[in-house]
This record gives sequence, structure tokens and C-alpha cells, in this order.
Amino acid sequence: MIEFQGVYKDYAGTRALHPLDLSIERGEVFGVIGRSGAGKSTLLRSINRIERPSGGRVRVGGADVTALDDEGLRTLRRRIGMIFQHFNLLASKTVAQNVAFPLRLAGQPRAAIAARVRELLERVGIAAHADKYPAQLSGGQKQRVGIARALASAPEVLLCDEATSALDPETTASVLNLLGELNRELKLTIVLITHEMDVIRRVCDRVAVLDAGHLVESGSVADVFLHPRHETTRRFVLEAEHVDDRERRADLARAHGRVVRLTFRGEATYAPLLGRVARASGVDYNILAGRIDRIKDTPYGQLTIALSGGDVETALRAFADAGVHVEEVA
Amino acid sequence: MDGWFANVDWAEIGQASLDTLIMLGGSLVASIALGLPLGVLLFLTGKRQLLEQSVVYAILSFVVNVLRSLPFIILLIVMIPFTVVLVGTSLGVAGAIPPLVVGTAPFFARLVENALREVDRGVIEASQAMGASTRQIVFGVLLPEAMPGLIAGATVTAIALVSYTAMAGVIGAGGLGDLAVRFGYQRFQTDVMVVTVVLLLVLVQLLQMFGDRLVARLSRR
Repeated sequence: MIEFQGVYKDYAGTRALHPLDLSIERGEVFGVIGRSGAGKSTLLRSINRIERPSGGRVRVGGADVTALDDEGLRTLRRRIGMIFQHFNLLASKTVAQNVAFPLRLAGQPRAAIAARVRELLERVGIAAHADKYPAQLSGGQKQRVGIARALASAPEVLLCDEATSALDPETTASVLNLLGELNRELKLTIVLITHEMDVIRRVCDRVAVLDAGHLVESGSVADVFLHPRHETTRRFVLEAEHVDDRERRADLARAHGRVVRLTFRGEATYAPLLGRVARASGVDYNILAGRIDRIKDTPYGQLTIALSGGDVETALRAFADAGVHVEEVA
Repeated sequence: MDGWFANVDWAEIGQASLDTLIMLGGSLVASIALGLPLGVLLFLTGKRQLLEQSVVYAILSFVVNVLRSLPFIILLIVMIPFTVVLVGTSLGVAGAIPPLVVGTAPFFARLVENALREVDRGVIEASQAMGASTRQIVFGVLLPEAMPGLIAGATVTAIALVSYTAMAGVIGAGGLGDLAVRFGYQRFQTDVMVVTVVLLLVLVQLLQMFGDRLVARLSRR
């Protein structure tokens, strides 16, 4: 659906984004995570050419975005919705007028616009606020208006620019749920950028990690989140788990025996594996850290345990045979 | 009563008030008609804006600054030949309007530019992302979003015009300023001076009040 080929961007002599290749599939939720200034905003804006790459090619549904003329660009932009951290609603227009705006730009007839606006407002759950002005709404409601506006012209792609970063956790969850629904029901391809791993974990299928303008890691969210390879990714994951890296290292250093991290995915998460393996191999285990959560819809568990006594090798093999990923922790 | 306002010819005051209102109304409409597009152009061609054109911006900005830095009383005199060509006379209400417009349109243009700069960049970006053309952004986003600021600017401009019309009185434009100078100042008729100044003050107060109310009604923030 969206393809980057050697895309890069220079600002006043410095390279904000180093040449990268990336492919986003139709119907997936693709996340880009990075600190501020990592280049994720530039990457996102090169998709609808709000920012023009200094070089390389961006294709959306086969069309070369980098080569379009003004008219072609406007047509393309009507097929790509976009929502923003600060919502960017028109303060002088009501909720209904805001949602109607892209349809008016496209020159649709009045009656068709009114019907479409009503449908959209109902879809995002703010039909009751149609005649209010944005200043009268809460952050979550404003973002719903933003989403309705972005969906007005029935786009195939939705770009989310830190769409939940200005919202409280509860509102963030409800907006992410809405995005998930839209992705499933409308087969909408969603590209979102964020600095929060939690957002990636909850809605994304795949993720790319940007660090100082470099694409350092990408893959399925489960792989990247559970087995981060790059230092930056690792730190994002620790942040999402609210773990202090130094404290954790100190705790592990005090443990006796072999320290391993077990990662369970899917149904294995709920199996009473630990006790069974311990009894069979005669090892003692001491749980040092653990969590059970979900990546999008897949449950996972991660346990860090210290094994001592008995047949540790057999125990480790038994875990691996049960489909559990075993990692030695130094 | 008669003792206090012995020198005041009320019919003349009425005529002068009417002249001032006509000068004010005519030049305000013309200043907005010229200043608004000029201000929009200044904004659009400015740095990092939709139609960034540094040369065009520099030229427009320079012309605006020259006209604004010229003392109005000088402008009145410099404009005389041009005014005669334009409206046939440099005297009276008609003769006053061209210099008034040339004096205030650039001022209003700057206020328009500033008001447009106050519009959230994110909103402009969102409109671009929706596929809006520059024309659609100007008429559908920039002007409506900046409306309170534009009205406030028009109010400031109208009030500046009131004092300019008084100055235009010096070169024979008529109006309240003319009365104040000819009778109040040159003939030491303090009562005429007081009456004209009070009327000008009331006019300014009304303009400000009207402008403020309009701004409050249009503000949705």
C-alpha cells in the first residue's frame, strides 16, 4: 500500500532522516516509534507530501507521491486521512461543519454532505455534540471529531500524528480502540507515529523504530516488543513496562542459580507449565520478575526466573519443547 | 447654556459631524478593500508560508513600511496632485479620502498579516492534508479563523482614521477636525474646541464598543 524507497530528508545541511526502505501492507496498523526529533514526523508527512523528501521515492497504492503535480497531489490527499496530536480543528466552525469541511472542499452537494456528516458523527460516537464548537469539547471528543473529519472522504489510509499523546490514559485507550475498530471494519490502513511503546503494543501489527534519523529495527510488534535487538528499542520496552533498568540489573545480580527469561505467547501463557517442569526436572525456581499482558489481541507472558538444583538443562529443554522462548539473562 | 456655548453654530457642527462620518465610512471601506488583500498577500508570501516568495514579500513589506513611516500630514500634501487626478479636487470630503486610504490601508494590511499569523499552523496543515488548495485555505480557513483578529484590526484602523480625518481638516477637508482647528484653535473659541473634541471622543468610544462586541460574538475559543 505504502512504499518508501531510499527516502531521506535534509534540513539546512543536516540529515533529519537517513535513506530508508519500508513497506506498509494494505489493511495493517503500522507503528513508527521514536523520540522527538528522531524523524518520525518527517516520515509520516512524506506519505501525503506535507513534507517533501529530499530524495527517494514514496509510493501510495502504486502512485509515485514524489512525482505528483499539484492537482494530483490534492486528489491523493483526499484518499489519505490524517489526525493530529493537537486535533487541529477549525475553532470558528461547529463539530458538524468541521466534519463537513473536507466534503465541501471536494465540492460535494449539500444534502449528501449533511447525511454523510451525521453518519460519521454517529460512527465515532459524538452525534450529540454536532452543533458545539471545538472549544466546548474534551480532548477525547476533539480527537473523535478529528477522526470523523479524516474519514469523511472515505480514505484508504489514515495517518496518525501522535494522535493520543495529548490525551489521558483512559481516553487514549478509547481512541485506540476506535482506531482498531476502524481498521477491522473499514479495512483501513493505519500508519501511526508515537513515542509510547504502549500505543504500539495495543493497536499495531508491525512497528519500525527510528533513532536519530535511522531506521534501527522493524518487524512484527510481538517480535520487536518481546525480543528487542537495538538498544533504543530495549529502552522503549522498559519504559512501557515501567521498569527501571538499573534496579532490575541490581535485582538480577543478587539472584542465585541460572537466570533465564521465559516468553510465553498465545495460549501457552495460561498453561501451568512452570510447576510441571519443576516437578519433572527437580529444579527449584525463584521468580524475579514477571508480567502477563496483551500485544494487540495476543496474550503473552514474560517471566524472569532463577533456576537452581536438579537438572537445569532438562528443564530448559522442556520449556523450549512447550513452545516457550528461553533466553539466558546475564 | 447660550453663555457657555456662545460661539457654537450647531448647524455647522451637525454638517461637520456628517462630513467626518462620511470621510470615516468611505475611507474605512476603501482601506479594508485594499488592505485586506494586501495583508493576505503579505502573509502568504512570508517566510515558511503557503506561497513563500521572499522577493515579493520584501518589496510589499518595504512599500508598507514607507507609507506607514511617512507622517500623515506630509502624506496629505504629497498626495495632492494624485488626489486631484483621482477625484478632481483635493478639497472637501472627496479630496480627503484618497490620502486617508493611502495612509491607513498599509496599516490595516499589517494588522491583517499579524491576525493571520495567529491562526494555528496545525489547522493550515490539516487543511492541506485534506487536499485544500491555497484559495480554499484562504477563504475557508484563514479568514474565518482570523475573523475576531480582523475585526479588532478594523476597529483599531477606524479609530486611527478618526484622528486622521481631524488632521485632514487642516488642508481643507472639512469635518469636526476642521472646526476644531479653524475656530477652536485659530480664533481661540474654546467652546467650539470642547464640543468637537467631545464629539470625536464619543465617536471613538462607540467604534471601540461596537468592535469589541463583534469580536466577543465571533470568538469561539
